[in-house]
Amino acid sequence: MKVFASFFKKKFFFKKKNQKTFIRCFARNRAAVLGASILAVVLLTVILGPLLYPGSAFKLVGKPLLPPGGAFLLGTDTLGRDVAAEIVHGTRTSMLIGVSATALAVLIGALVGGFAGYYRGWTELVLMRITEFFQTIPAFVLAILVVAILQPSVGSEILAIGLVSWPGIARLVRSEFVSLGGREFVLACTGLGASDTRVIFRHLLPNCASSIIAVGSLLVASSILIESGLAFLGLGDPNVMSWGLLISAGRAVLRSAWWICTFPGIAILLTVLAINLAGDGLNEALNPRLRTA
Amino acid sequence: MRRLRYFGARVLLALPVVFGIIVLNFLLIHLAPGDAASVLAGESGAATPEYMESLRSKFGLDQPFSTQFTHYVEQIGSFNLGYSFRNDAPVSELIIERLVPTALLMLSSFSTALVIGTLLGLIAATGRNTWRDAVISIMTLIAYATPVFWLGLMMVVVFAIRLEWLPTSGFETVGSDDEGWAHMLDIARHLVMPAVTLALFYLALYARVMRASVLDQTGLDYVTTARAKGQTERGIMFGHVLRNALLPVLTMAGVQAGNLIGGSVVVETVFGWPGIGTLAFNALQSRDLNLLLGIFFISACLVVVINLIVELISVFLDPRIEV
Repeated sequence: MKVFASFFKKKFFFKKKNQKTFIRCFARNRAAVLGASILAVVLLTVILGPLLYPGSAFKLVGKPLLPPGGAFLLGTDTLGRDVAAEIVHGTRTSMLIGVSATALAVLIGALVGGFAGYYRGWTELVLMRITEFFQTIPAFVLAILVVAILQPSVGSEILAIGLVSWPGIARLVRSEFVSLGGREFVLACTGLGASDTRVIFRHLLPNCASSIIAVGSLLVASSILIESGLAFLGLGDPNVMSWGLLISAGRAVLRSAWWICTFPGIAILLTVLAINLAGDGLNEALNPRLRTA
Repeated sequence: MRRLRYFGARVLLALPVVFGIIVLNFLLIHLAPGDAASVLAGESGAATPEYMESLRSKFGLDQPFSTQFTHYVEQIGSFNLGYSFRNDAPVSELIIERLVPTALLMLSSFSTALVIGTLLGLIAATGRNTWRDAVISIMTLIAYATPVFWLGLMMVVVFAIRLEWLPTSGFETVGSDDEGWAHMLDIARHLVMPAVTLALFYLALYARVMRASVLDQTGLDYVTTARAKGQTERGIMFGHVLRNALLPVLTMAGVQAGNLIGGSVVVETVFGWPGIGTLAFNALQSRDLNLLLGIFFISACLVVVINLIVELISVFLDPRIEV
């Protein structure tokens, strides 16, 4: 267990000097800075949301189906709830599910890819076959099935999305491990009598942390998209406000009240776009050798 | 002959995947709260303990796990995907009759995305760092971030409700007795919006891959050789680079086949397109697990078949692959 703890404690990203070059590199990419700024607003919304719109997300505040621009900036929905308040409360759900599902995917992916890349041979063959299998099957349909079987809730959504998103991470970690495997520092550790788990968690994984972070950040975006799709199909937690839930509820009155569906969709689009831009920037700044023309 | 043998080997390699899908399906059934008997009893509307017992022995649920599994494999092997009590029909029958609309939707989206996507990628790569490249990049980024179902709903608002150019939903105009071309045109008008909605994301994806792939190829020696021989730039692009640059796009298309099916579930739901996706949505609404599992099985098998086709085309494009 000690090995695991030290993995998280150790500052493995970069030393102070590298940090400066990293920030400079990231700041040079204007699209990435734009993405990071939008993301900052989204995160502020998550933190300040309860202050902006106190009380439940499902609170009734006015007449139903008021168009936007009146007393309520983005209008009201079929039951007379403030659409703006619902979007603000939904931000929290989307970010929570996006980040947790990604964390789960990274955990599964790092374990599978790590063991495959470290032990090679049969272990690798079997584990990578399983990874390929999960990459082939229709991920979204599997996610639908898992949530439907476990009953819709925030937990089952996280589980389902994590379960279908890990193969990319596993492949990445495996290839990094394979290329690191023969290096001197690994041989030195093994020679000094370090156990396999120690080599894997203390030395190899920290060395591919930067690529995991870069790819993982993009996974948050795709997780948010999958979550909204699940919620749209009626597989969101009915007791927790989310953007997909809002769109799926507004769909019935699309003809008369376009705003209920439109604004949450814009929120999803902007958030996902911001994460993608910032993630690409991270990728470029952290892995300069992967940079393409 | 060698090509045939190579392809045979690929088919054999696909078999473990199909077996894996069966295992996964079996595990998912057992993941459900309560056993299949309670689900079936709930679905058929009667649930006396005696009836439950009879169901359990009828479906072999009182047998050990391994026996149940062999039984399940045999059942799938004879193309029996179970019975949907909600629809009062065998699952396989329900899926087969929905296969044509889904295939139509997926094929038209896929070809639209592939043709326009590679074209945009080519334009972006040849005009690298110009305004064309910038515009295409921005469009790709936005298409990447747009939720498919929301895009569909917005298209309905703009093109069906406001402009009244296209029908909002369905496969054909109900009650019309058009024949021949008029009927085809009617279906095509219904197909436009779902196909475009589903295609947009993949269009962006292929454009991005194509751009990178064309840029990779233009740096290679054979391009310099062709240029030295006096080949025109256009000739180099369409005679040499295009064919080579298409390979990564095709590989990506194969990898993304599964997602295309997932996307079509959402798109069909938005537009009421009577395919497998709408069937899945209805199954979800009525919690018809048998039907959902069957849909998952069939769509996963479909992906395996699509991957095989992609492989076949890749071999055709680049004969070196089979060595």
